[in-house]
Amino acid sequence: MWKWFHQLASPPHFYRLSAILSPWLAIPGLALIAYSTWQGLFVVPMDYQQGDAFRIIYVHVPTAYLSMMAYTIMATAGAVGLIWRIKLAHAVAAAAAPIGAAFTFLSLCTGSIWGRPMWGTWWEWGDPRMMSQLILLFLYFGYMALRGAIDDTAKADKAGAVLALVGIVNLVIVHFSVEWWSSLHQGQTVFRRGTMDAEMRLPLLLMILGFTLLFGSMLLRRIRTEVLYRERRTRWVREMILSPRGGS
Amino acid sequence: MNEPAREIPGIFAGLVATARRDLLLAWKRPGDVLNPLFFFAMVCTLFPLAVGPTAEQLEFSGPGVIWVAALLATLLSLNSLFLSDFEDGSLDQLLVSPQPLPALVLGKTLAHWLTAGLPLVLVSPVLAITYRMPFSVVGVMMLTLSLGTVSLSLLGSIGAALTVGLHRGTALLSLLILPLAMPVMILGANAVSLAAHGDVYTTGVWALGAYAAGSVSLAPYATAAALRISNE
Amino acid sequence: MDGFAMGGYGAYVWSCFALTFVIVVFSDWRARLRHKRVYRDIEVRLKALGDRE
Repeated sequence: MWKWFHQLASPPHFYRLSAILSPWLAIPGLALIAYSTWQGLFVVPMDYQQGDAFRIIYVHVPTAYLSMMAYTIMATAGAVGLIWRIKLAHAVAAAAAPIGAAFTFLSLCTGSIWGRPMWGTWWEWGDPRMMSQLILLFLYFGYMALRGAIDDTAKADKAGAVLALVGIVNLVIVHFSVEWWSSLHQGQTVFRRGTMDAEMRLPLLLMILGFTLLFGSMLLRRIRTEVLYRERRTRWVREMILSPRGGS
Repeated sequence: MNEPAREIPGIFAGLVATARRDLLLAWKRPGDVLNPLFFFAMVCTLFPLAVGPTAEQLEFSGPGVIWVAALLATLLSLNSLFLSDFEDGSLDQLLVSPQPLPALVLGKTLAHWLTAGLPLVLVSPVLAITYRMPFSVVGVMMLTLSLGTVSLSLLGSIGAALTVGLHRGTALLSLLILPLAMPVMILGANAVSLAAHGDVYTTGVWALGAYAAGSVSLAPYATAAALRISNE
Repeated sequence: MDGFAMGGYGAYVWSCFALTFVIVVFSDWRARLRHKRVYRDIEVRLKALGDRE
C-alpha cells in the first residue's frame, strides 16, 4: 500500500500515469454531461413553481459543489504537502486553485441569472449562499495573489498551504455568520431543498458525477503542467523530452 | 563545582519581553499609533458626507460605518507588524530564540492590539455619539469592538507574516485578510445594530467572544508557521 | 420553437448553459496552452544546453 502510494507520488510515475488516466475521466464525464444536459433541457418536465427556469440548477448545483470541493482539495493537499513534505501534493494545491475559482465564478453567475426571473434582481445581498460563495471567490483570489507574489515555488507552496488551511477553518465560520446575518434580515428563499422528483433528480446526480469526472481530468492536466515545470531540471524530464519518441 | 547552566527565561517572560519591546517602540514613534486613529475618524467622516446627514440615516448606518472603519484602520496598522523587524534583522532573532515562536508572536500581537485595537475602542464612543448612538448601545459597541479587534489583530498577524518581505505586500495583505475578517465584521456590526433596535444581541457577542478565544489559541501557531516559511 | 423559448425563461437557461460551457472550455484551453508553453520552454533550454556541449 505505502509502496504503491510512494510510487504514485513520484513525479515521473505520476506524469506517465496521469496521461493515461486523463481521457478515461474526460470521456465518460463529457458523455454524462451531454446526456444529462439533454435530459435536463428537453426531457425532464418543468417545475410547477419555477417553470423552466429551474433547469438552471443542472449547471448551478454541479459548479457550486465543485467550487467547494476544489477548495477542500486545495487545503487538504496543502496540509499533506506541509506535513509529509510531498511535493506532488503542493502541485495539486496549485492546480486546484484556478479551476476552483472558475467554478465559484460560474456558480455565482448561474445563481445570479437564476435570481433575475425568480427574485426580480440580478444580485440578492440577503441570500446567505450567494454571500458565502462570493467570500469563497475572494479567498481563491487571495490564494492565487499570494502565490503570484512569491517567486520561489517552494515558499509559495508552503505560504499558500497555510493560507488555504486558515481559509478553510474560516469558511465554516463564514457559513454560520452569514446564515445568522441573513436570518436577521429575512433573507430571500433559496433553492428549494428535498422536494425534487426522482425524474428531475437523476439527471442532476448524473450531471454532478459528469462534472466531477471532467473536473478530475481538468485538474490532472494542470497538475501535469505544474509537475513538468517544477521538475524541469531533473533527469527524467530531460530524458523524456530529448527521447526520439518525445513526450507531451 | 559546575557552573550553573545559563538560565533560559520562561515562555511567559519571553511573551512579556516581546510585548514590552514593541510597546516601547510604539511609544518612541507615536505617529504609527496615531495615523490609524486619524484614518478611522476620517472614514467615519466620509459616510455622512456621501450618504447624507439626517438623523435617521446616521442612526441606521452608524454601527456599520464604525465597524467598517475600524476594520480598515486595523488593516492599515497591520502592515508594519513584522516589517521593521524584518528590515532590521530582529525578526531573525525571534526565529532563533529558545522560547517557542508562537508565544513570542502572541506577545507581538498583544502589543499590536494595545497600540492599534485598544485606541480604536477608546476613540469609538466619540464617533458613535456624533452618529447619535444612545449610551447603552455605545457600551455594546465598545464590547464588540474590543473582542473584534483582538480577533482582527490575530488574523491580521497571519496575513502580515505571510506577506512580510514581499514587494507588493500592502495591497496583498488587504486581499488576504479582508475575506477572513468578514465574519468578525458581520457579527460585530450586526450585534450593535440589534442593540440599537432594542433586540437581543447576545448571540453576536458570544460568537465574537468564541471567535476571539479561538483565534488567541490557534492564530499564533499559524503566524509562527508563516513566519518560518517567509524567512527560509 | 417553444422548446427553446421555455416559456420566457429561455434566455436565462440558455445563457447559463452557454456560459458554463464557454468558461470550462476556456479554462481547459488555457491550461493546455500553458502546458505546451512550459514543455517548449524546457525543450528549447535543453536543446541549447545540448548544442553547447
